[in-house]
Amino acid sequence: MIRLLGDFDLAEEALQDAFAAAVERWPVDGTPANPRSWLISTGRFKAIDRLRKGRREVAGEADVPQELSDTEDYDVADDRLRLIFTCCHPALHPDAQVAMTLREVCGLTTEEVAAAFLTTAPTLAQRIVRAKAKIRDARIPYEVPERPDLAERLATVLHVVYLVFNQGYFTRPDLGIEAIRLGRLLVELLPEAEAIGLLALMLLHDARRATRTTTAGELIPLEEQDRAQWDRRQIKEGVALVERALGSRGFGPYTLQAAIAALHAEAPSSPATDWVQIVGLYDVLLRAEPSPVIELNRAAAIAMRDGPEHGLRLIDAILARGELREYHLIHAARADLLRRLGRKPEARDAYAHALALTVEEPERRLIERRLQEL
Amino acid sequence: MKYLCLVYQEEKQEANVPQDVIEQAKKDYWAFTEDIKKSGHYIGSNGLKHTDAATTVRVRNGKLSATDGPFAETKEQLGGYFLIEAKDLNDAIQVAARIPSAKWGSIEVRPVWG
Repeated sequence: MIRLLGDFDLAEEALQDAFAAAVERWPVDGTPANPRSWLISTGRFKAIDRLRKGRREVAGEADVPQELSDTEDYDVADDRLRLIFTCCHPALHPDAQVAMTLREVCGLTTEEVAAAFLTTAPTLAQRIVRAKAKIRDARIPYEVPERPDLAERLATVLHVVYLVFNQGYFTRPDLGIEAIRLGRLLVELLPEAEAIGLLALMLLHDARRATRTTTAGELIPLEEQDRAQWDRRQIKEGVALVERALGSRGFGPYTLQAAIAALHAEAPSSPATDWVQIVGLYDVLLRAEPSPVIELNRAAAIAMRDGPEHGLRLIDAILARGELREYHLIHAARADLLRRLGRKPEARDAYAHALALTVEEPERRLIERRLQEL
Repeated sequence: MKYLCLVYQEEKQEANVPQDVIEQAKKDYWAFTEDIKKSGHYIGSNGLKHTDAATTVRVRNGKLSATDGPFAETKEQLGGYFLIEAKDLNDAIQVAARIPSAKWGSIEVRPVWG
């Protein structure tokens, strides 16, 4: 319906009209042979009625496509994919992309989306109204992009899905579940390497959910987590997806991060982890996507492979370049290495610095405990 | 649907561009325009003289004021436009991306009323 009309609100109203008509007609006339086509065709006429009544001045009647030839191969799954690409169109504001995806694709209410993104429902509703108006006025098409654009457009979609996943990391497991559901849908409909890689990454992270915080809500670092509690079934699925992604053409940063997560997930303990291979994967990841955050993660892996002083030197080099100075995790990582080296006063300073920059409560509690222990 | 592609680029930089690069840009513009005429996208286009030739006109309380210069000082200035007919925004974005200035300036794509 949205594809036919190019207008979310008009499509919703028209479909409601069509359902109302169905409730009236079907008991009398019998259920039509193809109920979906009947609803869409009726909805289209109802939309034209609404336009005729002049309730919308924006779209003219001529804008309503006349042909319905493709309703026969109308496929619900394909439709969801079109909807995702429309909601994640780069011409929409990034916040609106996330909000539209959660509302229109996942079916969350405006209130639920607002709560997850720490904003008020009216602000979010405003953002959604603006996005819908742009889809209609600039005529953002309701379609899956063609090959030459697909990779770039898919990257935006995957980014939105990963944002949703990360938003739920500590406090909103329901968002994590929604993100994984979206990831599965994408892999099913569009099995591109990076879509598979992202699903694997989310599954592998999510497999550790139960062991990530104490009952009191303190973050438990990877090396202290109870590995017996990790979701083995989910890890198995994630690892299989990593192998599938690595075997297909065009894999990238999500697949590489998933491969690293897979090595962690399969290791019996932190010291028994294959740090050599993890450092190697970070090297490849850095070449694919140079970023100081990845450099930081690589430094932490080097510390595990070669000793804390080697990791510390790399971290200090990042800071010396003036990068990540406001990023709490670099100071926390630095503090951990100083602690392992027995340089207590410096470690204390670094933890204090990290604490001042940390917002999430579980992370704050862990740093506070470390400070007390020192 | 009609879209206006507004071409923005830095006027100040143009003085530093070597002659052969300017000649190549002219050729690229000509080829691009011929291309979108053939594909049926083209409706009209013009290049604009620099903003130092611009006059901004306002009428407030019935009183006309005409002042020197563009209405706003920006890093990149409006230097021309293409009015195109496109299937949808994706189609319009594809056309806009082929405007030679997209490589050094910015193209604002605006749907046209009606």
